[in-house]
Amino acid sequence: MTFTFEVLVTLKPGLADPQGKAVEASLPAMGFANVSGVHVGRHVRLDVEATNEATAAAQVEEVARRLLSNPVIEDFRVLQSATADGAA
Amino acid sequence: MTDAPPRVGVITFPGSLDDRDALRAVETMGGEGVGLWHADHDLRGVDAVVLPGGFSYGDYLRCGAIAGHAPILDDVKAFARGGGPVLGICNGFQILCEAGLLPGALIRNASLRFVCRDVFLRVETSQTPVTSELVPGEVVEIPVKHGEGQYVATPEQVRMIEGEGLVVFRYANSRGEVGGAANPNGSLADIAGVRNGAGNVVGLMPHPEHAVDPDVGPTGGQPLFASLLATALERAGATA
Repeated sequence: MTFTFEVLVTLKPGLADPQGKAVEASLPAMGFANVSGVHVGRHVRLDVEATNEATAAAQVEEVARRLLSNPVIEDFRVLQSATADGAA
Repeated sequence: MTDAPPRVGVITFPGSLDDRDALRAVETMGGEGVGLWHADHDLRGVDAVVLPGGFSYGDYLRCGAIAGHAPILDDVKAFARGGGPVLGICNGFQILCEAGLLPGALIRNASLRFVCRDVFLRVETSQTPVTSELVPGEVVEIPVKHGEGQYVATPEQVRMIEGEGLVVFRYANSRGEVGGAANPNGSLADIAGVRNGAGNVVGLMPHPEHAVDPDVGPTGGQPLFASLLATALERAGATA
C-alpha cells in the first residue's frame, strides 16, 4: 500500500529568516501593509510503500529527522497522510 | 618508516569545486594528493582526509545535507573514530556538521550577501591536525568565499564548544583582535572553525587551499597544510 505524507520544515524561532523578511518587505508596495510575521519553510511530499500506516509514518519521521531537517536550526512536522488511491 | 610523503585524500562530490586546489595544495606542501570519490566505500589507505569546498549535490535541501549521507561518509566516520585526521573546508565544513562529526550548523551570512575576500584568523588551539605547528594567538591570512558561512549552534553546543575549547579559529583583524568588522558573516562568537572533542576532526569556512602559493595571494594556508601533513606523516609511521 502507498501512503502519502507531507513534511513541513521550519526554521527554529529566533533564527534569521531572510526569505521571510524579503517576502514581508515586498508586501506593503502591493497594498498589504497589514501583513507581518512572514516565515518561509520547506514542504516535502513523500510516497511510502508499506504494509501499514504506522510503519510508513515511523519511516517518514526518521527521514525527516535524519535528512529533511537539521535539529540545530530547524523543526519539522509531519502534516498529514493519505493512501495514494485517496482513501483515508 | 620510509621517506614516502604522507598521503592525503580529497573527496570529490558532485558539485565540489575546490577538490583540485586542495590536491594541489597538498602536493605544493610536499604531500601526495589522492583523489577520492563520494560514491565509493574506499579511502584508499590515506593518512588524512579533506572534504573540499563547493556546492555538493547543488546544496539542495541544505548546504552539505545530502553529502552528509553519501556512501563515503560511512568510511570517513570510521576513519575519524579511529583518530584519523579529517579536515572540512567551507562546504566540507558544512558536510561535517550535517554528518554529525562536528557541532553546530552554517546558515546564510547575516549580511545576506556572498562574501569573497581575504580575512585574518586568530588561532585558538594547537590541539588539532591543522594547527599543530601554530600557537594560540597567532594570526593567519586566508580568503573566504561563501554565502552560507554564519556559524550557529544550540545553547548546549555553545556551552560545550567554549567550555571544552573546541573553537579552532576566530575571525580577527591583522593584530588578532577578534570581532566587529573582521567577522565576515555574523558567525556566533566570531567562530571561523571548530573541532570535535577528540580534536582530530576540524572544519573551517575560510579556504587554506587557496592560500599556499605566494604568486596568487596570502599564504596563511601553508602552516595549516604543513600541520596536516606532519600529523598525517606521524599517523603513517604509527600504522606502517
